Amino acid sequence: MSDTITERPDPVEHETGETRSLRVRGRLGRSWRTAGILIPFLILFAVLSIASSAFLHTTNLINILDQQASTLCIAAAGTLVLVGGGIDLSVGSTYAFAGVTAGEIGQHHSIYVAIGAALIVGLVVGLANGVIVSVFKISPLITTLAMSYVIQGVALKVSSGNLILTGTIPGFTAFATAQFLSVPSAVWMTLVFVIILALLLSRTTFGRYVVAAGGNAEAARLAGVRVGGIKITTFVLSGLAAALGGVIDASRLGSVIASSGGSTLAFTVLAGIVVGGTSIAGGEGSGWRTAIGVLFIALIGNGFDLLGVDPNWQQIVLGIILLVAVGLDMWTRRARR
Amino acid sequence: MTTPHASDSSGQVPSTPGDDLVVTGVSKRFGGVPALIDVSVSIVAGSIHALIGENGAGKSTLGKIIAGVIVPDEGSIALGAHPLHLRSPRDAMTHGIVTIAQELAIVPNLTVAENVFLGAEVATAGLVRRRDSRRRFRELTERVGFDLRPDAVARSLSLADQQKVEILRALSRNASFVVMDEPSAALSSTETETLHEIIRSLARRGTAVVLISHYLSEVLALADTITTLRDGRHVRTVDASDATEESLIEGMLGRSLSTAFPPKQLAAPDAPIALEVEHLSAPRIEDCSFVLRHGEILGIAGLVGAGRSELARAIFRDARASSGTVRLAGRELTGHSPRRSIRRGLAFIPESRKEMGLLMNRSVRENISLSRLDLVSRAGWVARASERRQVARFMEKSTVKAASMTMPATMLSGGNQQKLLFARTIMCAPGVLIADEPTRGVDIGSKRAIYDLLVEMAHDGMAIIVISSELEEVLGLAHRILVMRHGRVTTELTGDDMTEEAVLAAAFAEPSVG
Repeated sequence: MSDTITERPDPVEHETGETRSLRVRGRLGRSWRTAGILIPFLILFAVLSIASSAFLHTTNLINILDQQASTLCIAAAGTLVLVGGGIDLSVGSTYAFAGVTAGEIGQHHSIYVAIGAALIVGLVVGLANGVIVSVFKISPLITTLAMSYVIQGVALKVSSGNLILTGTIPGFTAFATAQFLSVPSAVWMTLVFVIILALLLSRTTFGRYVVAAGGNAEAARLAGVRVGGIKITTFVLSGLAAALGGVIDASRLGSVIASSGGSTLAFTVLAGIVVGGTSIAGGEGSGWRTAIGVLFIALIGNGFDLLGVDPNWQQIVLGIILLVAVGLDMWTRRARR
Repeated sequence: MTTPHASDSSGQVPSTPGDDLVVTGVSKRFGGVPALIDVSVSIVAGSIHALIGENGAGKSTLGKIIAGVIVPDEGSIALGAHPLHLRSPRDAMTHGIVTIAQELAIVPNLTVAENVFLGAEVATAGLVRRRDSRRRFRELTERVGFDLRPDAVARSLSLADQQKVEILRALSRNASFVVMDEPSAALSSTETETLHEIIRSLARRGTAVVLISHYLSEVLALADTITTLRDGRHVRTVDASDATEESLIEGMLGRSLSTAFPPKQLAAPDAPIALEVEHLSAPRIEDCSFVLRHGEILGIAGLVGAGRSELARAIFRDARASSGTVRLAGRELTGHSPRRSIRRGLAFIPESRKEMGLLMNRSVRENISLSRLDLVSRAGWVARASERRQVARFMEKSTVKAASMTMPATMLSGGNQQKLLFARTIMCAPGVLIADEPTRGVDIGSKRAIYDLLVEMAHDGMAIIVISSELEEVLGLAHRILVMRHGRVTTELTGDDMTEEAVLAAAFAEPSVG
């Protein structure tokens, strides 16, 4: 799953007491990160399977995936941004703007043009974020926060704040809801997208450069990494993912409104990434675990619904889980020093 | 700057030495791994007691136990007859034990005085009484003979002055034991001199100093007593007057180190030119010119701030040059990105491996292959088997010792971390290497390994520039030495002219006004 466990250690030279001790400490320090959220996820999954008879039904599980499709896509790209030392708070607005764009253009043009335009919107927003952060050296938090207001405003302006019906656009609904092997295309697209981004981070030179740029930008630069370009690329991917998510949901839900998404989505995405064990400090993280993190949060919601627990508890539980996740992250960092 | 003697009316009212600090049988394990095993040592009040040992020998751990930063698993600490149970540095402070850590702990945005009294402000009902603290600050600085402006913002101070702030802070707490971990590691030679005077005057006033240091000459010059640790065990404690550099090294290594430097293998005088720097000017360097041949090791000496690192970065095209040219193997090096320089066969090992060199949390493997991932990837996809093979090869070449190549860099000793950078460099197969402080904070054994490596690389035809604040290092390695002062190359020394005196004379020479 992660490159750190499949690989066999290559002993070099004889092993001294010191190096052996260090190795043991290293393993302990990383065990949480590598297995991480997977164990609590499996436990929660098992508990829900027992506690609720409705949970383990294929329909319910596919439903969860379908609902989480956009979040999963955005979080997969967000992981790259975070690992690269950035943060993207504008994804919620970009998501809404892309949905609105697709809806508006779809009224008069073919769905290909509509979807293409929406994706370009995401790309441009991401590029703008990346350039402002990398070239003008403005903190990514501020940049993307500001961008989220701008984009939200533009989306409201374009749509005059109205609900746009997308279900009436011929073929548009099928984009995310067409069934293949009784699984909707939204889930298939998400699967492919998440796998590509996860592999991009873990197995490619680009992924290595992202990790290096986020872990120690100065060292990466001096080692010959184009830190600026790498960071811009992560933001572009994030913008694209937000647009894809927006189009998927516009297609799934049959309507779109500029005030959807927003900061709530940005924070949900962030929560999923962090619960998945990606460090907010940058330099470490994994796309696989982000997916598990997002689904973990989704399972909590789904479980609470199925078990009829007061939905307000969801927020409280989610908050606590976030703190625990970040706390564990800090703790392992300190233990490793 | 400081006149440590002036305020020391020697012998007059040396604060009465209190009780000795007795450490008995302390052991400490980290995650089951012993860092310190049954160590006993007694620190005489008012004395300078040095702790030495290789990296990982446990000297810092012992220092931290004394200072309350780490709680030992076994053993006890007592002040005279009173056992101490130190749970935190604050605990230790109440007993007069203060630590000055390797990484300074000052708040950069606060003033000098605010830093000194941090956590013990002179205050009434939460309001800081500025005038009182000003007065106390003056008393304090006069007592030690420091010349520091109380309202200077800490970030604007030199490292040495920041260290003084820490020392003042320790003194303001009426410390009777001060633990100093590698206090001179980041200081220039003049600053180090000042620090040594401060340490001596602390001892004269009855404050014992526990000095943890890599520099044996420093230890021999300062300490009254020297304790050597090896692999977490106490080797011996001797009077400094009975110790020599050789005996200390022998104790630290468990064997004697025959010679500190490998023999020089001079390059042929007609070897092809690898690097030409002509009239190079950049921020803080001016009109620097020199030529470097393949197989040659060029030493660059000079005081800290003389522009050595700036010159390195200008050649590497990391700092933008305002004028002048750099030619690699006859072709001009243009652009201003480290990436381009590396591709052109110019490698750079920066002075600070943690801040500028390594990805501390990432694996040995990733750290080594970072600069040349293109060699172990196809179409952007990392070929992991090939990467492992290559990395193993370069680890062996640079003698990196790590249990596995998946271990994060932060787990390695300082010496092995430095060797990681060498492994990365060798993988780049550069024609020219600039190594800025290649052995800073590295233990003696690894130092020799790095020297061997540099000599071997030069023998294989690499042209190498070694920048170092350690004079012996430059003298021991370089075939030729450039001395820098105020951003200019002022002197070139070759052959028998390369002596300590000549380098120092050139480095300290009066600046020509103009």
